[in-house]
Amino acid sequence: MTETPITTHADEATESKCVVRGLDFYYGDFQALTDIDVDIKKGAITAFIGPSGCGKSTFLRCINRMNDLIPDTRVEGTMLIDGQDIYSPGVDPVDLRRRVGMIFQQPNPFPQSIYDNVAYGPRLQGIRRKSELDGIVEESLRRANLWKEAKDILGKNGLALSGGQQQRLCIARVLAVQPVVLLMDEPCSAIDPTSVQKIEDLMAEIKDDVTIIIVTHNMQQAARVSDWTAFFLQELAGEPAVLVEYDRTSELFTAPRDKRTEDYITGRFG
Amino acid sequence: MSDGSTTGAAEAVATEPVKRTPAVTGKLKLMSRATYVKEGVLATVFFLSAFVAVLGVALIFLFVGWKALPIVTSVGFGEFIGGLEWAPTDGSFGILPLIVGSFIVTLGALAIGTPLAVGTAVFLSEIASPKVRAVVRPAVEMLAGVPSVVYGFFGIVMLRPIIAEFSGGMGFGAVTAWLILAIMIVPTIAALSEDALRSVSPGVKEASYAMGATTWQTIYKVVVPAAKIGIIDAIILGMGRAIGETMAVVMVAGNAAVIPRTVFEPLSTLTSQIVMDMPYSTGDHRTALFGMAVILFAISMFLVAAVRIVSRFGSRS
Amino acid sequence: MNKTTANRIALAVLWSCALITVAVLGALILYVFVNGVRALSPAFVFTWPHGVNSEGGIFPTIVSTLYVTGLAMLIATPIAVLAAVYLAEYAHQGKTVSTIRFAADSLASVPSIVMGLFGFALFVEAMGLNLSMTSAALALSLLMLPIVMRTTEEAIRSVPRYIRWGSYGIGATKWQTVSRAVLPAAGPRIITGIVLATGRAVGETAVVIYTMGQAINLPVTPLDSGRPMTVHLYLLASEGINLPAAYGTALLLMIMILGFNFSARWILKRYRKV
Repeated sequence: MTETPITTHADEATESKCVVRGLDFYYGDFQALTDIDVDIKKGAITAFIGPSGCGKSTFLRCINRMNDLIPDTRVEGTMLIDGQDIYSPGVDPVDLRRRVGMIFQQPNPFPQSIYDNVAYGPRLQGIRRKSELDGIVEESLRRANLWKEAKDILGKNGLALSGGQQQRLCIARVLAVQPVVLLMDEPCSAIDPTSVQKIEDLMAEIKDDVTIIIVTHNMQQAARVSDWTAFFLQELAGEPAVLVEYDRTSELFTAPRDKRTEDYITGRFG
Repeated sequence: MSDGSTTGAAEAVATEPVKRTPAVTGKLKLMSRATYVKEGVLATVFFLSAFVAVLGVALIFLFVGWKALPIVTSVGFGEFIGGLEWAPTDGSFGILPLIVGSFIVTLGALAIGTPLAVGTAVFLSEIASPKVRAVVRPAVEMLAGVPSVVYGFFGIVMLRPIIAEFSGGMGFGAVTAWLILAIMIVPTIAALSEDALRSVSPGVKEASYAMGATTWQTIYKVVVPAAKIGIIDAIILGMGRAIGETMAVVMVAGNAAVIPRTVFEPLSTLTSQIVMDMPYSTGDHRTALFGMAVILFAISMFLVAAVRIVSRFGSRS
Repeated sequence: MNKTTANRIALAVLWSCALITVAVLGALILYVFVNGVRALSPAFVFTWPHGVNSEGGIFPTIVSTLYVTGLAMLIATPIAVLAAVYLAEYAHQGKTVSTIRFAADSLASVPSIVMGLFGFALFVEAMGLNLSMTSAALALSLLMLPIVMRTTEEAIRSVPRYIRWGSYGIGATKWQTVSRAVLPAAGPRIITGIVLATGRAVGETAVVIYTMGQAINLPVTPLDSGRPMTVHLYLLASEGINLPAAYGTALLLMIMILGFNFSARWILKRYRKV
């Protein structure tokens, strides 16, 4: 071998970032998810699709333990990130959430300046030096495709931006803490098409560094941006949701193995 | 990016080198003892702060009660509450005239103030255009902010002469106190009633209008009944405000500790008598004043409890 | 009487209720202003009263009022805000919370003269603080506590949960989330509540009359006594001496309280726009 080996995407994708085995989730007595098995591939974008209320957002929120904030919820089974069980006793969910960032459906900038929004995370970690923060803010805004629009108005309140810009600001805010996994819960359902385009672009740009999992209602979007797709379904009201099928996006959308997946992607229900 | 090595290098040159936060890698941290302790200590501090309210109420009750206790042993509870003569310098500590005075003043103020306040609240929530509302609402809130001593002063210099002219007396007495107190409780009752009226769902009102009801029919057949629990609560709290009001009453009531024969004669209340007597009272007299404070405190707590009971009853039915 | 006529009459009555309310406020302000403005002068604000009829200015009473109100605010605000954080963010609904709420509601409805007697018995006599700014401020702060607690709790609760998620979602602890995301977002409304409660304290009389004293004195240390503007007005008015000074004092009080009211409104409006 004389040439430096170039790692291809396919090679990377075989490595798993997040391994889930037999995961059940309960809201009080109600079981919302049952027996979820999935290997989320590193350096790839994975889309979770399915009808409303099928548990895909609930599952997403298991990955950074956001569900811990809802009283009376319970997780059973195993969830490994980088080989470590995030639900093993004593694990600090705060440390976990630093590594596994999250973007929500509703853009939620803090009512502070754009700069302070992005610097929020680094400051939590004790970074105080102005020059260092400046660098992080710029870098994060660049990665979030917002630098050009925001660089001259860093002191302006984040809420003064448009919805799409706010969402990118939130992405920058998460990227500023350098997460290894980024969870996106329907990030594009409440914003303008131009910003959707920019967010999809930036996802492709950062996915080598940050494994992305996106929940979306929009099947075109899932097909467009993702490398892998998981289809969730709650077949009967009151029953827990299941993971019906998980495959490469190209496979799942062209040759689904499960009849229910086929019905869903061809628009027969949901 | 198919040609990863070359384009990647080119891009790396194009972007300016900027600092990044170090990525958090390595083993997931366990919840550290320090974090645990810190969050625990903070939660305790917050709890203790909230507990200051409980502590405050308990301290008031215990301390004022403890200071009042001797009156029960030296005069006797029945004689204290039921005695008709308040002549502390002669050793008579009957506060019935003061209790009666407090109730005369409070009930009269409620009779005048409640219709005015509820009317204003209905006006604000059902009739006023946004522009009119933007004037009336702040006015109501500002009435709440006017100090009671200014109300009392206004009563003395403005209202008293008019009442005196009308009745032929000095103008100190129940009527003057009623009018002043009525205005003072308007903001309390109006603000809370308006909240209750506004929380009536618009669908109910629309249904009423759709059946051809007039604005007034909708108000008294649909909106007010739907909000009645909230309005009753508001009136109870207004009553608490009136019975506890001190300075305005002491300035216009005339301060004669007897049960008045007419509404134009001077009278005294629990609150005003405390203000009048505090500077020169000693011994049993001082103790009696604390006894009156205990009674006032008990009444106000009873009214707060009554609001809770009414609300609970309302949410059940 | 047909229903249209009934409707007209009823609406006219409701209109007049609102008009009476506004008119009374207008009359009160106008009356105090017209009569008080003649007394108002720099000398009135900045000199001492003298003589049997309190001629001259009211400077020490203004200082006493501002002193005691400021002190009460400094005591009440931190406790009230932390208590509100507990109720809004930390507490689980249950017996403890309903006890605290009941206590806060009771505290808010304690007649001010009862609070005054309590302050006299505990702070002035038992704790030996005498008639002083501190005694009065402690009693006043108990009065302000439930008001600030309530407005702060409402302010915190009105912060959308998305804001909290945003903070937790990048690895903030509970306290970091509360102190750096939630409280700043609720800030303008919290400040409004503090300003309104302070305005209420400025106008308080019965609480301070037997905890601060009535002697005309310029307070320097927190253990000095004094006579607040409200007590000054009460004494002038009830003894019927020096009415011009009474009008002047009433007008100054009203100006201060309207000032507090308007600045609270201004803060809210300014921040609502973003």
